[in-house]
Amino acid sequence: MSIFINHDTRLLVQGITGRDGAFHAQAMQGSGTQVVGGVTPGKAGQKVGAISVYNSVFEARAATGANTSMIFVPAAFATDAVYEAADAGIELVVCISEGVPTFDVVKLMAWLKGRKTRLLGPNCPGLISPGQSKVGIMPDLPFKPGKVGVVSRSGTLTYEIAWQITNAGYGESTVVGIGGDPIIGTNFIDCLSAFKDDPQTEAIVIVGEIGGSDEEEAARYVRANIRKPVFGFIAGQTAPADKRMGHAGAIISGGSGLAADKIKAFQEAGIEVCFEPAEIATKLKSRL
Amino acid sequence: MKIHEYQAKELFAAASLPVLRGIVATTAADALKAAREIGLPVVIKAQVLVGGRGKAGGVKIARSLEEVSDLAGRILGLSIKGLPVRKVLVTQAIDYDAELYLGFIIDRRTRKPVMMASAAGGVEIEEVARQSPEKILKVQIDPLIGLQAYQARDIGLRLLGDAKLAGQFSAIAQKLYSVMLAKDCSLVEINPLVKMKDGKLLALDAKLNLDDNALYRHPELEALRDDAGEDPGEVAAREAGLSYVKLNGSIGCVVNGAGLAMATMDLIKRYGGEPANFLDIGGSSSPEKMALAMKVLLGDRNVRAVLVNIFGGITRCDDVARGLLIASGELNLGTTPGFSSAGRPLGAVPVVARLIGTNQKEARDILKDSKILFADDMSAAVRKVIEVAR
Repeated sequence: MSIFINHDTRLLVQGITGRDGAFHAQAMQGSGTQVVGGVTPGKAGQKVGAISVYNSVFEARAATGANTSMIFVPAAFATDAVYEAADAGIELVVCISEGVPTFDVVKLMAWLKGRKTRLLGPNCPGLISPGQSKVGIMPDLPFKPGKVGVVSRSGTLTYEIAWQITNAGYGESTVVGIGGDPIIGTNFIDCLSAFKDDPQTEAIVIVGEIGGSDEEEAARYVRANIRKPVFGFIAGQTAPADKRMGHAGAIISGGSGLAADKIKAFQEAGIEVCFEPAEIATKLKSRL
Repeated sequence: MKIHEYQAKELFAAASLPVLRGIVATTAADALKAAREIGLPVVIKAQVLVGGRGKAGGVKIARSLEEVSDLAGRILGLSIKGLPVRKVLVTQAIDYDAELYLGFIIDRRTRKPVMMASAAGGVEIEEVARQSPEKILKVQIDPLIGLQAYQARDIGLRLLGDAKLAGQFSAIAQKLYSVMLAKDCSLVEINPLVKMKDGKLLALDAKLNLDDNALYRHPELEALRDDAGEDPGEVAAREAGLSYVKLNGSIGCVVNGAGLAMATMDLIKRYGGEPANFLDIGGSSSPEKMALAMKVLLGDRNVRAVLVNIFGGITRCDDVARGLLIASGELNLGTTPGFSSAGRPLGAVPVVARLIGTNQKEARDILKDSKILFADDMSAAVRKVIEVAR
């Protein structure tokens, strides 16, 4: 098993006729994902590679039985695409689009409450269950099927961490990039709770960064609920206060969100903290 | 994006919030003119985009005209947390009975807007939150229906103990929340909101932070941007779509992805070096963008060596390699206006590159005749760049 996506994932790509959508739809297909269709309003009947394009998510879902969708549309239209997917009954929506206004996501999350649709992102790299399915923009290189679950706020740093896990010989069950924005659909705790119940996952790595208090809350959750070994990494120890470090969420403001506080919270919760990516390999070896 | 107090006050006033506006001055003489118009005593407030102005001597009360020109001159000569004070706001000095705090933020945990209010206004709210969190009252707002009047009334009653005042407070809170919504703010704040002798509430200060992601739908707000005091490299980088923050170390770094960029800086520090910057070249980077990134770094005179750490995904290693060639002048694609590498060619500083992922082989081939040093993993790359920076 794995979390959120597996062999049964049937994927629609919203915004498939755009440059990024077309490229990644075909790349995911090449990685073994069942990409069953794409959606671009007004372009039904076209094909992107071998993938059929539909006018709406309703139409595409009826024709293909899709259960997952991925969004590549520009930020201004991204929440509309999520509403459409959720309304059409898609269970998992992965929003790659970057730069979505925060208030739009706040309203979207309030509306999604009580509905069965899970949103991952926005501004996230997606997720991969190596050997089963990839709904993301990550390269295949750093990943290998295995038993370590990874949840991260970052993109390329996640590749780096997975690369260390893969080179240490373990591989990953599922790697989830939850995104770097202040307001996101799926957070650390949602992923930790899924990893807790996943039999394939024997150890968990949390990759956090400065800003907010999501890592502290994740630490409290781990302490109370998780018996599997958990490892942590926090980026941004050298970041200056009040400067935005790329991700909208990565800002230290008013004394909260500091790397040191997050590391302390991890350690107090029994999470083994790695101070450089290469340490993950040695720490995993001592516990698995 | 942050805007100045006087700009925030204009936006608040436009939403018919009761604010003490004042007059903006850029010279002591203008401040004097403003004070004559307003009438003594006046408060002179530095307009800079950082907190803690008061503590830094940027807010003063002047009781005579001599004091006005003296204090305004002094404040205009100040630099607060590295930012030069170019403007002051001159306002009437107000007598009041009580100072409140009122603010709205978006709470990451609940994913909802939250109203915060306190009877302990006039001081930094972060300080209140640390020392006596019970003094801050909070109300969660359902974003689908907005702030309800009863919610604000209830808080007003608890803070002011009087139904009439609570009604006034509630109207102000609702208007402030409507500004937050209309302008897509990540924060709106009045600190202090004072109760005057005549029982009226008045905003003496105004703070408003805009959501950068939503600026595209508020072109009028983009015009309020003030680059004064920002590092010229940071401004140039932002205009080129690069995410760059200058630091004070000697090792420049160019990385794809914000998390990996921060982790790279951390590792430099861990191994005994000092990072000169944060720089994320973003996804789907072109060679030209990479070349610009190198120029921005070389424009920082403190930089003695550069580390390029790329984990290719959407970013292709061959694009990065071509960018390095452009920057080193080995491919001549013309000069880029707006950038100065302070006259230093790329060859002037050693470059260590760690390129892995999409098209890594092609990248090595492109750079095989260059002077660039290679490393296979992140730890080795960081050790090497620290060594060559010495």
